[in-house]
Amino acid sequence: MIGPIWVVCEQRQGSPRPISLELVSAASQWSEEVCGIAYGESVSDGATVLGAHGLRRLFDLGDLGDALVGPRVASAISAAITSNGAPSALFIPATYDGRDIAGRLSAKLDLPLLTNVVGLSEQDGVLVSEHAIFGGTRTVTARFTNDADMSIFVIRPKSFEAKSAGGPAAEIGRLELPKPGPADAAQVIEHHVEERTGPSLDEASVVVSGGRGLGEPANYALVEQLATLLHGAPGATRAIVDAGWVPYAYQVGQTGKVVKPEVYLACGISGAIQHLAGMKNSRHIVAINKDPLAPIFQSSDFGVVGDVNKLLPRLIKALEARAR
Amino acid sequence: MNITVCVKLIPNAEAQTRIDLQSMTLDRSEGLVLDDSDTYSVEMALQIVEAQGSGEVTVVSMAPRDGADGLRTALATGASNAVLVSDSALSGSDALSTAKVLAAVVRRVGADLVLCATESTDGYTGTVPSQLAELLGYPSVTFARRVEASADSVVVERQTEEGFDRVRCPIPVVISVTAGIVEPRYPTFRGIMRARSLPIDIVSLADLEIPEVGAGALGARQTVLAAVANEGRGAGVVEVDEGNAEERIVELLSEWKVI
Repeated sequence: MIGPIWVVCEQRQGSPRPISLELVSAASQWSEEVCGIAYGESVSDGATVLGAHGLRRLFDLGDLGDALVGPRVASAISAAITSNGAPSALFIPATYDGRDIAGRLSAKLDLPLLTNVVGLSEQDGVLVSEHAIFGGTRTVTARFTNDADMSIFVIRPKSFEAKSAGGPAAEIGRLELPKPGPADAAQVIEHHVEERTGPSLDEASVVVSGGRGLGEPANYALVEQLATLLHGAPGATRAIVDAGWVPYAYQVGQTGKVVKPEVYLACGISGAIQHLAGMKNSRHIVAINKDPLAPIFQSSDFGVVGDVNKLLPRLIKALEARAR
Repeated sequence: MNITVCVKLIPNAEAQTRIDLQSMTLDRSEGLVLDDSDTYSVEMALQIVEAQGSGEVTVVSMAPRDGADGLRTALATGASNAVLVSDSALSGSDALSTAKVLAAVVRRVGADLVLCATESTDGYTGTVPSQLAELLGYPSVTFARRVEASADSVVVERQTEEGFDRVRCPIPVVISVTAGIVEPRYPTFRGIMRARSLPIDIVSLADLEIPEVGAGALGARQTVLAAVANEGRGAGVVEVDEGNAEERIVELLSEWKVI
């Protein structure tokens, strides 16, 4: 067992995100004092489910209004450390806001970060982190060298399993937000929620991704159509995100999202190691590619050598016929 | 508007990437090139300066001296100045030490806007932009998918889990841009010739008044214990599509209980 662990718990309107439950479950393996830090509306509504996963206390920062999350939450954590002392470790999710919080806090406290963590273990009373490199073909283990300092780990989604151990609801505490400073000058003037018909990439049980092999941006519609039919989420390779076909949010890979669906359909994707890093732990992988030597076939359960733009319309038709 | 773009010079993707098992660092001996991720922030900076009709783009990087060639790629597309921080004491630096060095350069050259990529292709920590902003005391807007700049502020569309936020922020500010948001231009022949004649300002830690103690590998305060190869996932069946491959895929999807 190591000492107290604090976890930044992302949530929306009282529902903790899956990554929050994953990080709390992980932390409770090594600590009996797991405390969460959360912000936004109705934080306390998440106390029951977080408690079941092992959270003891949940500190509520309240609604952040029109401020950006990173600098506000980093200031609050820094102030909490000044008044209460630092925990042994701090777990931060590797999300858009999590990375901002981690970066700000690291510079504020002059503490190093271990980022893109995909696993943790306890060795001689300290936490040792695992990182996937070269597209997950190698695993690096690393640790901080100053044992006295708080260890800050920025952890990728899907690295740990969320396990409900049936603990009592987390006790709610309140943390004050320090006064905004110059770093808080950015102001959100509009939240834009993109209409999504299916599940998010993180949570979908089927992910259908497209790559360069689709030939042109318009053909990505086939990927979206197939994803909708399978109640899944559409994803993309870095190549077509870089080319501007789809936004960054669709990117699956080392840079981008890590997905672990039941089925991953790789359409026109060659299988660069950076892409494999984001999907190779999927339960089942189906790949369609023109090139019989494409590396993706080395990682797929079923591979089809063929033209994705001919096969996808037929697959869509077959699934539609089946649904009728 | 003067814009500083922080870029990373990384091993050429074509070169075999390997780890130096002695120092547990990435082998960077194969020659360094400008990270593709950075071409978007460089392009964004050029477009903003062009739209405003005034100002200069300065590219900044921390790398061994032979990284200078990579910086010339940015100069060839239209950047005015390049600063390369090169010091043997910086070997093994982590993200925070890198941000400290970049912050010192930004203070030295001055900037209304600091642009970065969201993450590098090789290290991909993705924390340098917010570390840099905190060290400078600037606000930051990360994961930008659109940037509109006026004389004293920017409006940025920032990627979120649900969609995007429109964020307004006064300058100076650090912005990290996602890939694909602009189309990076190719250098012209004239640009390449011009880049050859432009000086690259090579500075050391002493020039930046950063103490060597705490820089580089020691300053990183973290250590790699091991790097082990993982077992590959075995390849399964591969078939050529004879015009009916969809039937087998449907069967499998049904077997796997997702339809």
